[in-house]
Amino acid sequence: MSSNPKTPKSYESYPDASGHFGPFGGQFVAETLVEPVNQLTQAYEQIRQDPEFQKALLADLKEYVGRPTPLYYAKAWSQHFGGAKVYLKREDLNHTGAHKINNTMGQVLLAQRMGKTRIIAETGAGQHGVATATVCARLGLPCIVYMGAEDIKRQAINVYRMKLLGAEVISVESGSKTLKDAVNEAMRDWVSNVDDTFYILGSVTGPHPYPQMVRDFQSIIGHEAREQILKQKGRLPDALVACVGGGSNAIGLFHPFLDDKDVKMYGVEAGGSGIASGKHASALSGGKPGVFHGARSYCIVDDAGQVQEAHSISAGLDYPGVGPEHAYLKETDRASYVSIDDDEAVQAFHDLCEIEGIIPALESSHAMAFVKKLAAGMSPQEIIIVNLSGRGDKDIHTLAEREGIAL
Amino acid sequence: MSRLPQVFKTLSEKNSKALITFVTAGHPTVDTTVPIMHDLVVAGADILELGMPFSDPVAEGPVIQRSSEVALANGMTPKHVFDMVKQFRQTDDVTPVVLMGYLNPIEIIGYENFVSQAHAAGADGFIIVDLPAAEGQAFVEVATAHSMDVIFLLSPTTNDERAQQICDMSSGFHYYVSFKGVTGAGTLDLQECQARIQHLREFSRLPIALGFGVRDGETAQAVARFADAVVVGSALVKLLNDADTLEVGRESLRLLVSEMRRSMDEVK
Repeated sequence: MSSNPKTPKSYESYPDASGHFGPFGGQFVAETLVEPVNQLTQAYEQIRQDPEFQKALLADLKEYVGRPTPLYYAKAWSQHFGGAKVYLKREDLNHTGAHKINNTMGQVLLAQRMGKTRIIAETGAGQHGVATATVCARLGLPCIVYMGAEDIKRQAINVYRMKLLGAEVISVESGSKTLKDAVNEAMRDWVSNVDDTFYILGSVTGPHPYPQMVRDFQSIIGHEAREQILKQKGRLPDALVACVGGGSNAIGLFHPFLDDKDVKMYGVEAGGSGIASGKHASALSGGKPGVFHGARSYCIVDDAGQVQEAHSISAGLDYPGVGPEHAYLKETDRASYVSIDDDEAVQAFHDLCEIEGIIPALESSHAMAFVKKLAAGMSPQEIIIVNLSGRGDKDIHTLAEREGIAL
Repeated sequence: MSRLPQVFKTLSEKNSKALITFVTAGHPTVDTTVPIMHDLVVAGADILELGMPFSDPVAEGPVIQRSSEVALANGMTPKHVFDMVKQFRQTDDVTPVVLMGYLNPIEIIGYENFVSQAHAAGADGFIIVDLPAAEGQAFVEVATAHSMDVIFLLSPTTNDERAQQICDMSSGFHYYVSFKGVTGAGTLDLQECQARIQHLREFSRLPIALGFGVRDGETAQAVARFADAVVVGSALVKLLNDADTLEVGRESLRLLVSEMRRSMDEVK
C-alpha cells in the first residue's frame, strides 16, 4: 500500500474543509444551492461536536433501531466453502431491514435542529425511502419521496410501505425514470424550496457535506464491528467486504478501519450482465472520473459525457455514480473494487438462505458472492467481516420472477 | 477575442438593452438549430445562448428537460454543437454565442480539448450550470487562455462574499438567476430583483443580465428597466415543444422574440 505515492498518512483528515477527498468530492451544484449546502455544512459541523446531539442519536439508534447489530460468525458458511472465517455484520436486523436508517435517523434529527419543516428524499429500491418515511412518521414531519416511474413498477411493496408510513411518493417520469432521475428531481425540489426543506440524501454521494455526513452516520457499523471482533477474537479482521452502489454501507464499515493498514478492504459493485456487456452498475470498475450529482467521482458515461443508465438485478445498486470517498480509496489503493454479476449474486443469495438460514438482500448477496472467492484463497486462521447490509424479503418477487415461479 | 464586450458597448451607445435567447442545440431537430439561430438574430436577439444537452439537467424545469431528451435522442454531442456554431459563423461573425450546459461532458472531453474546439468553432463564452465559482478556477484559466468568457451564475441566495468572488471570476457579463427554482418555473418579483441587481452593481462594472421567469414582452420590458440584459429560454423552447410543425414553431419563435425586442426598445 505504501507503494502508492498518493496514500495519505491518515484518512481521518478527509474530506478537507471544502469537501474534497484528494481530487474527488466538492460541491458541484447550481449557485442557488451553494448557500443551502454551506448552511448544511455548518449545521452539521455543530452537531458533530455536540455531545447532547450525539447522545440523543445514540439513544434512538439503540431503542428504536435496535442497535448494536450482532457480529455473527457464519460457521456453517465458513465450513461449507472453506478458507477464512466469515463474520456477518447483521445490518439486516435493523428496524426497516437495512443499514439505511442509521443515516436517516441522524439527518432527520439534524433537520429538526435546523428548524426545517418539510423533508424530501430520493429512493431507488425504496429502502432509503422507507427509512426516511419511518423517521419522519415518528417525528411528525411531512415526507415527500421521489422515485423513478420504472422503480415504482419494480418495487410496489416498498411504495405501499412508504404510503402506510404517511409519505407522499412522487413518480419521476423524466430521463431513464430510475434512481438517478429521482435524485435530479429531489434536487429540483430542493432548489425550489430551500427555505423550509431538508433533503435527506440516502448515500455517500452528492455535494459536500453529504458524503462526509452520511459516512459519519453510517460509521457506527464499523465502530461496532471493530469493538465486537476485538472482543470475540482479540484481534482485527484481515479483510472487510461490502457491496457498493452509492457506497454508504461500505464506507460505514470501512471508515473506522482505514488507518489499520493491515486490514484489506473490498468494495463489491454490481456487474449486471457483465462489465463487457455494457449493462452493469460498476462505476469504479467500469466507469471513469467525472462530475455527477454534485461531486467529482467515478460514473458510468458514454464518450460524450452523458451519464448512462445502470443495470443490475439489485435495485439498490442500480446507480451510475459512486461516492467520492470510494473514488479516493481506489486512487490511493486503500480499497480494491471488484464486480459481481447478477448470476453470481443470485447464487450467493440461495447459498446464504440454505446454509445459514438468512435471506439476504440482493445488494448484500453481491458481497457474499465475492466472499466465496476471497475466502477460498485464505487460511482458516484469517477473518473476513462482511456487511450484510439488508434483508432480502423485499427481493422475493424479483427472485421468483427471474426463476419463473408464480407467487 | 470574445464578441461580448463589443455588443454591450454598441448597445450602451444606443442606450439599448441586450436580449439574450436560449435554445437547446439539436432540438427539435439537428438540422433546424442553425436556421433558428439566424431567426433569433433577425427577430432581435443580441446574444445567443446555445444549450448543450445533458442527460441529467438538474437545474431545468420540464420544458428544457424535454428539449434535452429530444436533442440527445437526436444524437447530439459536443462535436455537433461545435459544428453548428461553425456553420452559424459562416454568415454571422458579429453575434456572440455562449455555450450553456453542465460540467460532466466537459470533464470527460477535457477542459483544454473542449475549450479549444469551442474557440475554433467561433463560440465566445460558457455558462456551466453546475460549476460554481469555488470549483471553477481551473476552467476559468483554460478559457481565459483562449480569450473566452466564463459567466458564473448569481442567485437570490448568493451572499456578499460569494458575490464578490463570482464577479471577480466572471467576464463578458453577469447572469442573475431571478428566483429560487428551476428554469421555466415561478414568477418574477420585480421589486426584489431590481434591488438585488442594484446591490450587485457594487461588486462589478460588467453588464448584469437577468434570467429565469422572463416569458413575454411585458416581463422583458419590466426587466429591461433595471437590468442590462434580459434572458429568455423556457418560453422559447416551449413554443418549439408545443408546435405541431417545425414551421409553426419557428414562426411563433420569431414573433415572440420580435415582441420582446419591441417592448424592450420602448424602455428608452
